[in-house]
Amino acid sequence: MAWNRKDILDIDSLSVSEITSILDTADGLKEISQRSIKKVPTLRGKTVILFFYEPSTRTRVSFDIAAKRLSADSISISAATSSVVKGETLIDTARNLESMNPDVIVMRHSSSGAPYLLSRHITTPIINAGDGAHAHPTQALLDMMTVREYKKDLTGLEIAIVGDIAHSRVARSDIAGFTKMGARVRISGPPTMIPAGIESLGADVVHDFDEAVTEADVIMMLRIQKERQQQYLFPSEREYAGRYGLNMQRLAKAKPDALIMHPGPLNRGVEISPAVADHVNSVILTQVTNGVALRMALLYLVAGGMRNAVDY
Amino acid sequence: MQLIIKNGHILDPGNIDGTGDIIVDDGVISAVKRNAAPGAQAEKKSDVRVIDATGWVVVPGLIDMHVHLRDPGQEYKESIETGLRAAVAGGFTAVCCMPNTCPVNDNRQITEYIIHTAEKCHLARVYPVGTISRGLAGKELSDYGELKAAGAIAVSDDGMPVADSQLMRRALEYAGGVGLKVISHCEDPYLSDGAMNEGAMATRMGLAGIPNAAESIIVMRELALAELTGIPVHIAHVSTRQSVHAIRDAKQRGVPATAETAPHYFTLTEQAVGEYDTRAKMNPPLRSEKDRAAVRRGLSDGVLDVIATDHAPHSILEKEVEFDRAANGIIGLETALSLGLRLVTEKVLSLEGLIEKMAKNPARILGLTREITPGAPANLTLIDPDALYTYDAEKGFSKSSNSPFHGWEMKGRAAMTVVDGCVVYEQN
Repeated sequence: MAWNRKDILDIDSLSVSEITSILDTADGLKEISQRSIKKVPTLRGKTVILFFYEPSTRTRVSFDIAAKRLSADSISISAATSSVVKGETLIDTARNLESMNPDVIVMRHSSSGAPYLLSRHITTPIINAGDGAHAHPTQALLDMMTVREYKKDLTGLEIAIVGDIAHSRVARSDIAGFTKMGARVRISGPPTMIPAGIESLGADVVHDFDEAVTEADVIMMLRIQKERQQQYLFPSEREYAGRYGLNMQRLAKAKPDALIMHPGPLNRGVEISPAVADHVNSVILTQVTNGVALRMALLYLVAGGMRNAVDY
Repeated sequence: MQLIIKNGHILDPGNIDGTGDIIVDDGVISAVKRNAAPGAQAEKKSDVRVIDATGWVVVPGLIDMHVHLRDPGQEYKESIETGLRAAVAGGFTAVCCMPNTCPVNDNRQITEYIIHTAEKCHLARVYPVGTISRGLAGKELSDYGELKAAGAIAVSDDGMPVADSQLMRRALEYAGGVGLKVISHCEDPYLSDGAMNEGAMATRMGLAGIPNAAESIIVMRELALAELTGIPVHIAHVSTRQSVHAIRDAKQRGVPATAETAPHYFTLTEQAVGEYDTRAKMNPPLRSEKDRAAVRRGLSDGVLDVIATDHAPHSILEKEVEFDRAANGIIGLETALSLGLRLVTEKVLSLEGLIEKMAKNPARILGLTREITPGAPANLTLIDPDALYTYDAEKGFSKSSNSPFHGWEMKGRAAMTVVDGCVVYEQN
């Protein structure tokens, strides 16, 4: 299919056929990263700006590698080294970057909705690399790619997402993506971390963790942040690990071939026991590998790689 | 100087409702003539202006008891003059300005500066509101006696909640003795760390939510303190159904309390936030449809006494930014009457009821006079109820244009505003 979408801001705005098209493209590009010469000329001469207002290692490196494997020139800017610290507004910074004619801006920001603000003011395609607690569409897409790789079809799968749903953009985008593709999503975690009205996104709330993982095809554990303890969201890491940590006993309640996933970084011994993290069913590192292919696919589609490919 | 307002529909709730003429001499209403015969002219004076008010409604001058004029200190958002130009264009003959200026109005000098600056403008009257606590810091009482002597009409820590219940109790008691009204911005700061209404929409957008209880918990506290002290409290900008229920219950028990809401709370819901539209960001936040319905019911059954705008000008610098970093508040002086008239069209209020909420009740609460009767000061709003227009926030009199009503089709507006017998605004 022809690709006509300028920005990738969230999962909600993508159609099922667009998601399928992205996943198919990513599947095809995955092989490039397994070659000894990991580079194709598809985006030669294109410029990708990685505009990170919030610290990130995994996602930024993943995008950077994805751009370079497609031969695009990638430039990474973080808030700490940009004119943000000199008091420049987001819009002014973005307009300045746009004046240097980039082909794609990949953006990470701690404020929910920041990519929408940007897309109203600049014409360069934007890929949202995570905004506040709102959306992380590339993570959801790589999660769907990973599950599809093992389960072939997302339809009818039971996905359990467990942890701090309230502060998780990954959870929101995963709920949107998996339900859109026909899977059922249950969420679980301490009631303090289940935000009001989350059911309206299409997920079922199952407060009892053991019940939530029972017969699950996929268990997605979310990182717990220690500083949430100060906001009275949980009493202690010890108690959290006891009530909401995924250990071998709990894993046994899921389907025998249940995939164990985590968007990282892991808190071993808190939300996930070391034995589970390293379990044969754990695809946590496959998620990271697929992240590169998935981001190559998005850069390729958004930066007009499809048109370039025709030219060659 | 004589002013003759001819053939208008004179509506002063509880006093007069009919066609007639109003004669104003030197700022004071000298005669109200009902159904005056066409030939029966008042005595001719040389210095006289005759206004044909046919088709208009002539009402007691509107009072907005909750505005932010941003002056002194934030004149890039609004000045006393531009704020008052917006006020009279919206039909308001008087406003109460909140004290969260820079520096804050907790003393005689700022209060006097505001009054003197406003007097020089010859627009709407300004009644400054001083702070409840010195420096808005929530630690000690401001000098209420000095504020009162300088011309302040009330005290409020608007924008900042008074977290300390003992401070609020003493504020009521001390202000009651001085003769200042206490206006409470009800918000529990421990519960209110969010960017919009708590609920499915905030969850979907990944924004921290502000629950209804952040407001109603303090509304209930203020009602308890009013009951304890016997001193009336005025609850500002009511946005939740629980607050409406609490105030209704308290009033039925005879607790001395009054309350206001703002046009955005009876007109909009959280849906207006749309795709992170900062023009719909305010504190308290726009709520759910259930809350909007309860606010409208509270207006129609008298639980909510007043419609006040909470006019809160902000420049593009504070609004065209990330949603969670954007300033709270919207301008409202130039849209309040039109939005109020929608309530009349929608049969939530009678026209009489609307005038009570926008003129008579604020006057009663503040101890001002708004009567269309001989001997009363001529503060009048002339309303053209049939005027159709599209609201353009950019073309308003306010320095700022942060309004979610930009582009709305409106019916009814102020045609003319008269303050102490002077025509300070004419819609052309």
